[in-house]
Amino acid sequence: MFKSTDFYCIDELLTEEERLIRNSVREFLEKEVVQLISEAWHKEEPLNFREIGKKFGKIGMLGTFIPEEYECPGMNYTSFGIICQEVERVDSALRSFVAVTSGLVMYPIWKYGSEEQRKKYLPKLARGEIIGCFGMTEPDVGSDPASMRTSAKKSGDGWILNGTKTWISEADIADIAVVWARDVDDGRIKGFIVEKGMQGFKQAAIVKKGSMRAGGVGELYLSNCRVPEENRLPDAVGLRTALSCLDQARFGIAWGAIGAAIDCYETALNYAKERRQFGAPIAAYQLIQAKLVDMLAEITKGQLIAWRLGRLMDVGKATPEQISLAKRNNVRVARFCARTAREILGANGISLDYSPIRHMANIESVYTYEGTDDIHTLILGRYITGIQAFRRELQL
Amino acid sequence: MQLKEYLLSLKKESPNLKVDRGGGMKVFVLAKHAADPESEIKVSSDGKNVETSGLIFDINDWDRYAIEEGIRIKEKIGGEVVVVGVGKNCDDTLRKCLAMGADRAIKIPVDTNDAYQIAELIKKAIEKEKFDLIIAGYMSQDMNYSLVGALLAGMLNLPFATAVTSLKIDGGKVVAVRELEGGYKEEVELQIPCLITVQSGINEPRYVSVMGIKRARTKEIREVKLELPPSAVNILKIYPPPIKLAEILTGDASQIAAKIVEIVKSRGLI
Repeated sequence: MFKSTDFYCIDELLTEEERLIRNSVREFLEKEVVQLISEAWHKEEPLNFREIGKKFGKIGMLGTFIPEEYECPGMNYTSFGIICQEVERVDSALRSFVAVTSGLVMYPIWKYGSEEQRKKYLPKLARGEIIGCFGMTEPDVGSDPASMRTSAKKSGDGWILNGTKTWISEADIADIAVVWARDVDDGRIKGFIVEKGMQGFKQAAIVKKGSMRAGGVGELYLSNCRVPEENRLPDAVGLRTALSCLDQARFGIAWGAIGAAIDCYETALNYAKERRQFGAPIAAYQLIQAKLVDMLAEITKGQLIAWRLGRLMDVGKATPEQISLAKRNNVRVARFCARTAREILGANGISLDYSPIRHMANIESVYTYEGTDDIHTLILGRYITGIQAFRRELQL
Repeated sequence: MQLKEYLLSLKKESPNLKVDRGGGMKVFVLAKHAADPESEIKVSSDGKNVETSGLIFDINDWDRYAIEEGIRIKEKIGGEVVVVGVGKNCDDTLRKCLAMGADRAIKIPVDTNDAYQIAELIKKAIEKEKFDLIIAGYMSQDMNYSLVGALLAGMLNLPFATAVTSLKIDGGKVVAVRELEGGYKEEVELQIPCLITVQSGINEPRYVSVMGIKRARTKEIREVKLELPPSAVNILKIYPPPIKLAEILTGDASQIAAKIVEIVKSRGLI
């Protein structure tokens, strides 16, 4: 089995159970998933999440931190992080699937849903029997979700939803979508579970992507879509509830991105030890060693951040700002390692026979989604100065 | 002596081994926490051991099939699966087996790679237990002795079969198919209690699930403290395999041909 980069013995900071989860997920991925990625990415034919999702579910990789009473694994957040790291070592699209299912679909149903909704959806999502997606971003609304245009209007015993959601992971194949819309009567953002096939609800894939090609991304169209009141998340009122879901997924990214970075580093290290130029392995040259050492140092720092954030999440003490710092830092680490590994691999670095170019393209999505790098900078800037720098009152 | 009589005589000699299938089969599985042969292997400075730093340890690959087979028997006909490990640091492997579905574990916290010592330790730890079947992996992925199963069977006076590729429980008997050289198979019948060692591929071991890991929390790992028995083998030295050199010949066809002739001549082949 692959021995992961662990320069500061982070393994010793994990419990025996957490190490066992990591090993089991790693073993499963190496035997059943790794070999599917390159071809799926090359052809932009997303992995079959209907099949893979069920396998993930059997191992307990979906909704890992949701309690057992909803037929979920009921483990801690660190275990969820470990799973994200292992899957993203293979491909970011796999981590998107795990983090979206767990953090953006199961979490809001668990936290803001009714008991009936929890019992109806959570067991099936945990087993991978149904696939969910999360509809927040819109064609004209990205970093500024408070300007959301999708509308919800109460009508009889239900709601009428109108609007378009875009850049939604698994939009085209999802059985349910957690959709956020503004109530035209009270102006507040509310959450709804929209099911595939509901009248006025359409789903489509976005293709010709240059990133995340092994996964599916798409759009949701709500055209006078009628959603019964029983499908509204009763406690999801206000933008804060929607943003709290993002914290869950951002935590998954903070761990996951280090997985991609580790894969790039290991690939570059092995390559440098074998590739000979000027009569010696390129690993013998100072410029290459400096690159490898920079990667190792960044990964080690990122691992420590992820581990500490995991422990804070486990005791319910992590703040949104701490999550922002981890997401921002660790995605930067992954971006740096992917590009540096690509450099070390030279011309071979642009071939999909090696993973860095694929990670490098994937990580551009990760850099931007779940809060762009800039937005996380502003979240932290606001926190340390007490002054928000997101918006200005400009007279144009 | 006919086989049946012989087996009955074995039973008489082993009063502690009682067939007890009231609630299904009681299966003991031997699981080694072994170094992965694909990890970085270095000979230690004394030349008689392998450096453990840099090694990745996990359940011995053949033992994954052994534990899976034991759990499948229990799932089919009921009973209990007990996993036995030798080594101070074998907890991860025992916990893995418990998470897969074993009911309890016995840990013998003694470090040795000597097959005779391991078999002797296991014999002492389990001889007072009741069991119907012991399953071990065909061999270990680090030392490759293929001895512990056979030695233990000898020490416990049990009939045994090695390299088993399929297994059937038929009343008081185990019907096992063994793998022979050249693709041949041998079907053997063993009176319970007995011991088998399984070949990889006998089944498809399940992955450990997070739910299984949680269930394993309440399962017992009982430590049995034993003295290390004497060893009959003295390791003189451990050394790495010779490095095989490869050379890529360059130049045009005639230059390459000339180089090949030169190499073949230098090896005394022509």
